[in-house]
Amino acid sequence: MTQDNRLSGGQIDRTKTLNFKFDNRSYSAHPGDTLASALLANGVRLMGRSFKYHRPRGVLTAGSEEPNALVELRTGNRQEPNTRVTTVEMFEGLEAHSQNRWPSLKFDALAINDRFSTFLTAGFYYKTFMWPAAFWEKLYEPMIRRAAGLGSLSMQEDPDEYDKGFRHCDLLIIGAGPAGLMAALTAGRAGSEVILADEDFALGGRLNSETFSLNDGDATEWVKQSVAELSAMPNVRLMPRTTVIGAFDHGIYGAVERTGDHLASLPSGKPRQILWRIYAKRALLCAGATERPIAFENNDRPGIMLASALRTYANRFATTAAQRVAIFTNNDDGHRTAADLHAKGIRIAAVVDVRDDAPTSHDYEVLRGAQVRDTKGRLGLTFVEVELADGSSRTLDCGALGVSGGWNPNVHLTCHQRGRPAWNDDLAAFVPGADLPPGLSVAGAANGVMSTHGALQSGAEGAAQALGLKGPLPDLPKAEDTPISQTPFWYVQGCSRAWLDQQNDVTVKDVKLSHQEGFRSVEHLKRYTTLGMATDQGKTSNMGGLAIMAELAGKSIPETGTTIFRPPYTPVPIATFAGRMKGKEFHPTRLTPSHYWAKERGAVFVEVGNWLRAQWFPLPSETHWRESVDREVRQTRASVGVCDCTTLGKIDVQGADAADFLNRVYCNGFAKLAVGKTRYGLMLREDGIAMDDGTAARLAEDHFVVTTTTANAVKVYQHMEFVRQCLFPDMDVQLISTTEAWAQYAVAGPNSRKLLQKIVDPEFDISNEGFPFMACGNITVCGGLRARLFRISFSGELAFEIAVPSRYGDALMRRLMQEGEEFDVVPYGTEALGVMRIEKGHAAGNELNGTTTALNLGMGRMVSKNKDSIGSILSEREGLNEPGALMMVGIKPVNAGDKVTAGGHLMDATGPVDAAHDQGYVTSAAFSPSLDSHIGLGFLKNGGTRQGEKMRLVSPVTDLTVEVEIVSAHFVDPEGERLRA
Amino acid sequence: MHDLVAITALGGTEPKIDRVGSVTCTETPGVALASVAARQGREDKTRNAVSQLIGAETPAVGKFTGGPIIAFWTGPDQWMIEAPFETHEDLAHLVKENTGDTASVSEQTDAWVRFDLDGEGVLAVLELLSSLDCRKMAAGAASRTSIHHLGCFVLCRASGSFSVYGPRSSAGSLHHAIVAAMKSAL
Amino acid sequence: MIIHHPLLGPRDSSEFVYLGDASLINRPDWQAEDATEAFYDYAYLRDNPAGEHRELWFHEGGDRSWLVVTRNTATHEISKVELARDVARAQGRSK
Repeated sequence: MTQDNRLSGGQIDRTKTLNFKFDNRSYSAHPGDTLASALLANGVRLMGRSFKYHRPRGVLTAGSEEPNALVELRTGNRQEPNTRVTTVEMFEGLEAHSQNRWPSLKFDALAINDRFSTFLTAGFYYKTFMWPAAFWEKLYEPMIRRAAGLGSLSMQEDPDEYDKGFRHCDLLIIGAGPAGLMAALTAGRAGSEVILADEDFALGGRLNSETFSLNDGDATEWVKQSVAELSAMPNVRLMPRTTVIGAFDHGIYGAVERTGDHLASLPSGKPRQILWRIYAKRALLCAGATERPIAFENNDRPGIMLASALRTYANRFATTAAQRVAIFTNNDDGHRTAADLHAKGIRIAAVVDVRDDAPTSHDYEVLRGAQVRDTKGRLGLTFVEVELADGSSRTLDCGALGVSGGWNPNVHLTCHQRGRPAWNDDLAAFVPGADLPPGLSVAGAANGVMSTHGALQSGAEGAAQALGLKGPLPDLPKAEDTPISQTPFWYVQGCSRAWLDQQNDVTVKDVKLSHQEGFRSVEHLKRYTTLGMATDQGKTSNMGGLAIMAELAGKSIPETGTTIFRPPYTPVPIATFAGRMKGKEFHPTRLTPSHYWAKERGAVFVEVGNWLRAQWFPLPSETHWRESVDREVRQTRASVGVCDCTTLGKIDVQGADAADFLNRVYCNGFAKLAVGKTRYGLMLREDGIAMDDGTAARLAEDHFVVTTTTANAVKVYQHMEFVRQCLFPDMDVQLISTTEAWAQYAVAGPNSRKLLQKIVDPEFDISNEGFPFMACGNITVCGGLRARLFRISFSGELAFEIAVPSRYGDALMRRLMQEGEEFDVVPYGTEALGVMRIEKGHAAGNELNGTTTALNLGMGRMVSKNKDSIGSILSEREGLNEPGALMMVGIKPVNAGDKVTAGGHLMDATGPVDAAHDQGYVTSAAFSPSLDSHIGLGFLKNGGTRQGEKMRLVSPVTDLTVEVEIVSAHFVDPEGERLRA
Repeated sequence: MHDLVAITALGGTEPKIDRVGSVTCTETPGVALASVAARQGREDKTRNAVSQLIGAETPAVGKFTGGPIIAFWTGPDQWMIEAPFETHEDLAHLVKENTGDTASVSEQTDAWVRFDLDGEGVLAVLELLSSLDCRKMAAGAASRTSIHHLGCFVLCRASGSFSVYGPRSSAGSLHHAIVAAMKSAL
Repeated sequence: MIIHHPLLGPRDSSEFVYLGDASLINRPDWQAEDATEAFYDYAYLRDNPAGEHRELWFHEGGDRSWLVVTRNTATHEISKVELARDVARAQGRSK
């Protein structure tokens, strides 16, 4: 198809042709085009169907404020719905599809909705689909969703990459029109660190769309020179294709840079978009202004556009929506469009100006005091009906109508911290109020300064003021300084199906209905009619709705209210917010020192927080995980097993007051712990609930190594720093995490000592006498490598934990396996670890679950009353010490083979099963190979005195009832003889 | 001499090197680290001991000083000492000998993985990783920062030459983040 | 938000972990007559002002300092940042 509507001039590169498809039809375009300008150049006005009534729609604007012309861009897994054609930069092979129509854009079956518009007015959901309630989910909602809607998702994973980044500057300038460019020149020449961001791919803003001159030359020439000067400054960073989406606290701005959207395909490793967090000491908003439409009957036909958009398409993109164009305006700027189009050879049907004293022209007819009453044309505008000043009517043949109702400053970012815009009578528009985000100031049209000269000047002044620059401002280029001339005019009296919000299909009639039904505050109006709630946030519609509501209420516009705006300024893909934090990169992965060895052994891994830990080590012959785990337990208890326990948090506690410090953070005493000894410690929260447990090994008088559970390592460190800095600031104690520094392995089982004796250097005596239960010390292994040895046991067996610098962890594990061959050594994972600790009755995370106390855990007597420790006072509270308190017990099924299930509740052997008769619950459960039975740990009222009692373990949710017996929590070696062997 | 063979944080026997465009990312295992924290009331003595060890003034906030043994600031009255691994594997022991009971010393060598980033364009890589204003970091600057949720240290060795220390167990994630940023920015 | 760390200068709030009311520094005397009451107040009772609020932040992604940040909960304006250790000492806390 040829580009019939292509004009002369413009900023497109005619030396290159780009091919694209819209609704499977092929067209051509040039670099510099947007999808919107390319479609218009090819004579396509109809681009989509409206949200509710499926009315034919075309493009309304030439910028990011576009409410109407939304398409599905690209195909397959890169398909993106609701993309504004006005912001899509043309590339070779672009494919787009219109949306919300069936079977085709030109014949849409659901256009029938338009006939039933009477029933689909504001609030129709609330009125129509009230009853029966059951119909909502099954019938009404699916029906509405099918009929009304926007584009569809691809339902496939987005294959592209997205980045996040951080930039810093003295001055962030938002918008690169005349004000922004002049501000950047002022600040850049002064040597400040400047970031100049603009959502467009071409810097220059409105100057790219105008024909007037700067310094007696083309405005676009001045833009080129300025951009070249700025590009050469090392202290200035230009960010085209970058939308500043939000002004956040303390000078942080969010900005989305579209680094790949204009490319046919992304080079490998390159991001599609980058979400920048810009730290700006000061910011200057130069976001310009948006033209607003006037509402009249059937004002939404394809071809009816903002006058300034027609001008942009003609001047910048060398295209027009039609060869014969009319203008409807209330201000002089509308006439500028007529003059520019006329100069490009477009026939001007007439300029319809509501003002009786409108300027006239030699080049085209001006209808003073006239209004557009109605329009015709099913799939695109064919003519408009005008009511002339004398009340007679006239028909104007035209394929496009440019509408200008004045300009609204783009105040959006000034509202992001609850700032309220202020009404300006001269502009009949809201301008930035006094309560701007701290550090932000506003210049140019965004601040209500509408002339080019004014914009240049306020940009220069704004930058100088923001940065506190002394000295004269740079010379400004000579520019037009036309005063505003307009008569506020919002809608044509008597119209009803006159669109305000084209994206959400809200008409003048809907606003009237809202008023009639009492929804009169701006907030109610918005929610009742959905005015301004679409993806464009009402950039072209809020003011019209507000003005009509004001008129109906007999109040002024500022009395009626203002609307404020929230981030983001324009829609942002969720993927951009996610950045690289998706899939397995959602959080960092921590690997243990034996990870690569475990992988070679075919270990199955489990995520524990960020850690990947070996869960079990299956043998080729094993088909079920239980086989592996049972074997690991049996072999460890029979001979020796090795488990990587590096993930336990390790904190170095040093200083003259180290022991005293531990006395405060643990509920039990540490002052008297001898050097070379280790002790179990229980940490309480200040409210008396157990927080964490672990061991503290005293390596020297002033040096302890404390362990925490894997899950709580970060929290416990933070808590200990709190205690040190905030509660006891004069204690001589220093903390540092050493979790990562040491590879630490548990070596457990009756042959553990024999195995270790093969690698511990002979000068260290680790016999039962030389290194008894709970001993600790610095040793060397394998001929001189520094190591730490602790005789502690989680499994209940004779056991040690040995630590070497992490880089040697892999080699040490391999050595242990090699040296252990003669003992039939087995590596065991977290499952076997869990089974053995349940068999031994050791509490873990399931028992220290944020609701249990030392008393519940059977450690009530550990809480020392003779010292100040966190949580000791409140642990004595009546409520935590009532008779019949929960106590930790062991649970065993009465019938061999029955399973104990964690989460199940304990009920008396007879009687009702309900919350009132609840006796306790099971926290941990496992199959014990040592007892050849399922077992569990749990909490039971008065548990200490109920051993031998038969109870029911129930879970009504899973329909479970098992007869169980209450036993000691220490299923294996209750006397602890093995530990001390 | 013991006979256990070390592996690097990324799990190799040799350090990993990645080049994208003009920037090189080098895994650098040949470094020993020890933390020093002054005991209460012994801050000046600790400072003197550290100063003697590194042959330079003890670094102020946000700085590192010395060479070949250097120290960088990690917290109030707290520093990290860095030395070549080959000559100072047991660095913590040496530091403790120098500071005596004026300071608490902990071995930190294998708590960290170090990646050296060198070449033109390194700033474009770093701005995708860290909120630090690396453009303002001159040789001798050292700062803690968060990279993809990992607590890291960034040291500027010279213009266009940075070291990133991250937690050793997350070396793979950090390496992935750095290389992805290199591919994105360069 | 940006917190001006007394030693490190402006730092993004994402480097910090929030704890809560700075009154947590005022831990009661465990041997006082009314210790149980005092600890109950300390552990559970907080003011919830719309306006200036002194609160504890931990510089997890930085130098591990606890800070007392004076922040206006209505505007997020931060008027003062101190090292919690200095605040604790000034309030007479020692060992």
